[in-house]
Amino acid sequence: MTTTDTRPAGVTGDQAGPRSAARPGRPGSRLARARAGLHTLVFLAPMLVVFGVFSWLPIGRAIVMSFQRTNLVADPVFVGFANFQQVFADPLLWTAIQNTGYFALLALVFGYPIPLVAAILMSEVRKMRGLFSALAYLPVVVPPVVAVLLWRLFYDAGEDGVFNTILGWFGIAPVAWLQDADIVMPSLVLEATWAAAGGTVIIYLAALVGVDPSLYEAAEIDGAGVWRKLWHITLPQLRGVLLITFILQIIGTAQVFLEPFLFTDGGPANRTLTLLLLIYRYAFTNSLGGDYGAAAALSLMLALVLTAFSMLYFRLTRTWSS
Amino acid sequence: MLTSRTAKTAAALTALGVSALGLAACSDEPDDGKTHITVTIDAGLEQAAIDAFEARVAQFEDANPEIDVETQEYTWTAGTFTAQLAGGTLPDVFTIPFTDGRGLIERGQIADVSAYTDALPYRDAFNPNIAAAGEDADGNLWAVPIAAYGQGLHYNRTLFEAAGLDPDAPPTTWAEVQAAAKAISDATGEAGYSVMTNDNTGGWILTTVVNALGGRTEDGATATIDTPQMREALTQLQTMRWTDDSMGDTLQYDWATINQDFAAGRIGMYVSGGGNYGNLFTQNGLNPDDYGLTVLPLGTGPDAGVLGGGTLAAVSPNAEAEEQEAAVAWIDFYYMEKLTDQAAAVADAEVKAETGQPVGAPELPVFDQATYDEQQTWIAEYVNVPVEQMAPYTSQVFTQPLLTEPVTATQEVYATLDTVVQSILTDENADIDALLETAQTNAQAAMDAAA
Repeated sequence: MTTTDTRPAGVTGDQAGPRSAARPGRPGSRLARARAGLHTLVFLAPMLVVFGVFSWLPIGRAIVMSFQRTNLVADPVFVGFANFQQVFADPLLWTAIQNTGYFALLALVFGYPIPLVAAILMSEVRKMRGLFSALAYLPVVVPPVVAVLLWRLFYDAGEDGVFNTILGWFGIAPVAWLQDADIVMPSLVLEATWAAAGGTVIIYLAALVGVDPSLYEAAEIDGAGVWRKLWHITLPQLRGVLLITFILQIIGTAQVFLEPFLFTDGGPANRTLTLLLLIYRYAFTNSLGGDYGAAAALSLMLALVLTAFSMLYFRLTRTWSS
Repeated sequence: MLTSRTAKTAAALTALGVSALGLAACSDEPDDGKTHITVTIDAGLEQAAIDAFEARVAQFEDANPEIDVETQEYTWTAGTFTAQLAGGTLPDVFTIPFTDGRGLIERGQIADVSAYTDALPYRDAFNPNIAAAGEDADGNLWAVPIAAYGQGLHYNRTLFEAAGLDPDAPPTTWAEVQAAAKAISDATGEAGYSVMTNDNTGGWILTTVVNALGGRTEDGATATIDTPQMREALTQLQTMRWTDDSMGDTLQYDWATINQDFAAGRIGMYVSGGGNYGNLFTQNGLNPDDYGLTVLPLGTGPDAGVLGGGTLAAVSPNAEAEEQEAAVAWIDFYYMEKLTDQAAAVADAEVKAETGQPVGAPELPVFDQATYDEQQTWIAEYVNVPVEQMAPYTSQVFTQPLLTEPVTATQEVYATLDTVVQSILTDENADIDALLETAQTNAQAAMDAAA
């Protein structure tokens, strides 16, 4: 212990910081606070550096790049809002917005309730709940690219595709899952729901554990059935979690990329071209040498729209979640 | 014994140091007085092919002790190449298609190695049309043409026989292609004819067919998408897909996946570069007995021709001067000597033959026809590809008019045509008029932006 240490004997480093910081005005407390702050800063530094270099710096760079014409090899040229104008003039932008909206809608209609229903059913199971939880979560730990490759086999358009084989048992003709313009988007949503539902199920299960059992007991005494308990106890108790998972789902689906990129490359005929895939195309499949300015401009616009939507959402739902 | 505070500080500083080390972990090249370059090796090669490549590297390093060569797996695709180029992660020597040479040179995205290529003894012997793909406006050679090809019609001889067709008499007109596709599909259940559709390859192949029928997709700075030849090509595709039902179940392909399915015996015919045999055999396990190659049927008009293409070896813009010089030395040694020097040609063919790699797959001359013919005689005893089965191609391709790819906004126009091809194949009621009107507008916009 050094001579400047003012802590009473027996107080460890972990305890000393908050305790001395909680007693301002006492001798040495300012120094102790400064030390605690320094320690905090030093411990934070690696994360701040990593976060700054790999997260905030690229974000800042992307904002600057959205006003530049650059191929990242030659010197960039500032072009004002030309990149934004170019993006707005691209007819594929509206196609991508429609497709992304359609994906988000389908994911909301099918993907949002499924984890909730699964979690509620699983919470009612008394035996092997852990097994069911593990099975539900399993798709989340499968690497996404592997999952897509697996589902490509399921979606094979031939009679020997997995899903088409099953349809064949019932005398139903093969379906071109990834090649029929009307079916391709629901097909992507189905896989995406399968891949992501497990994580949400775990969140709901954790929240369900926190519901006070006495509420259900009281409801049963009052003669409430399963549906009334669900409607009047379970869902209201999960309200906060449901609101959070809703906005996370909207943000996630607005940025869908993996499925359209790996399953269809945006096809057939741009029917699965999403906003992120369009950004990717601007940046990486352009013989002008990468239109990074347009890609950054569209990325920035998407981020701004999602930020505005999130703020509006939280403002509107502030009273609901309390 | 450290006090808890000292220990905490030490731990924090250690954490800081570790993170700093992590950020600084990008090691530089060893300071051994050598020039270090990274060169490309095809991704997904069999071990024998990798061994053969390593043997060539060892030969080069023996001959150039001041140069150290590292290898990096690399396959050109539009998406990955652009990302690697921007990210500075390309090897020092890499290959690119003719399509992108001019654009990359104009924008200074590859190194100007013309000072070194000028010193190559065969610099002036290149076929001028071929060399142009790697030259700037002043005729300086920034990238070296290492291979050239003309598009061809690849076909599966086994499926031809199963359908009662003569594999030694492949189709010579597009009507015969259509008829053969239907026969194969009806008899075997496999796709009689398939086309690439994704990653700009749909546009590439559609342009190939349009060229073969005598059409063009650009006239100077003007897009010429809506032509009689384009309508003919799309109408036939629509008929094969929806009336004949001869295009199978899989309708979305890029270059790699169509090669896979063809090598697996799931496709009767498809159009691609005439030199594809190497990829089909080495990376996709093609049974040589299945393989057949013929020329594209050409229309009767004077403008009908076969779309050509090729590969350029280029040097990274990040390479220092001595690395550029070493890179050109590698290009000369690995890609070019076997085309110009008998001993090198024989050594290369011998190694490939010993390791089971194909020798003698058809190409077009990078230099003049005489040099090419002479090179073929040097390696004749090592040729192990089924040349008889490629005879319908090799006996005619040299006399077909060779066309270059569209110049302006090539990849964007191809991407626009991808959408047209995909629409024809996946929408039974696709309206060709409407598709071409949209494609014309989009292609012209892309060309205007590029200009």
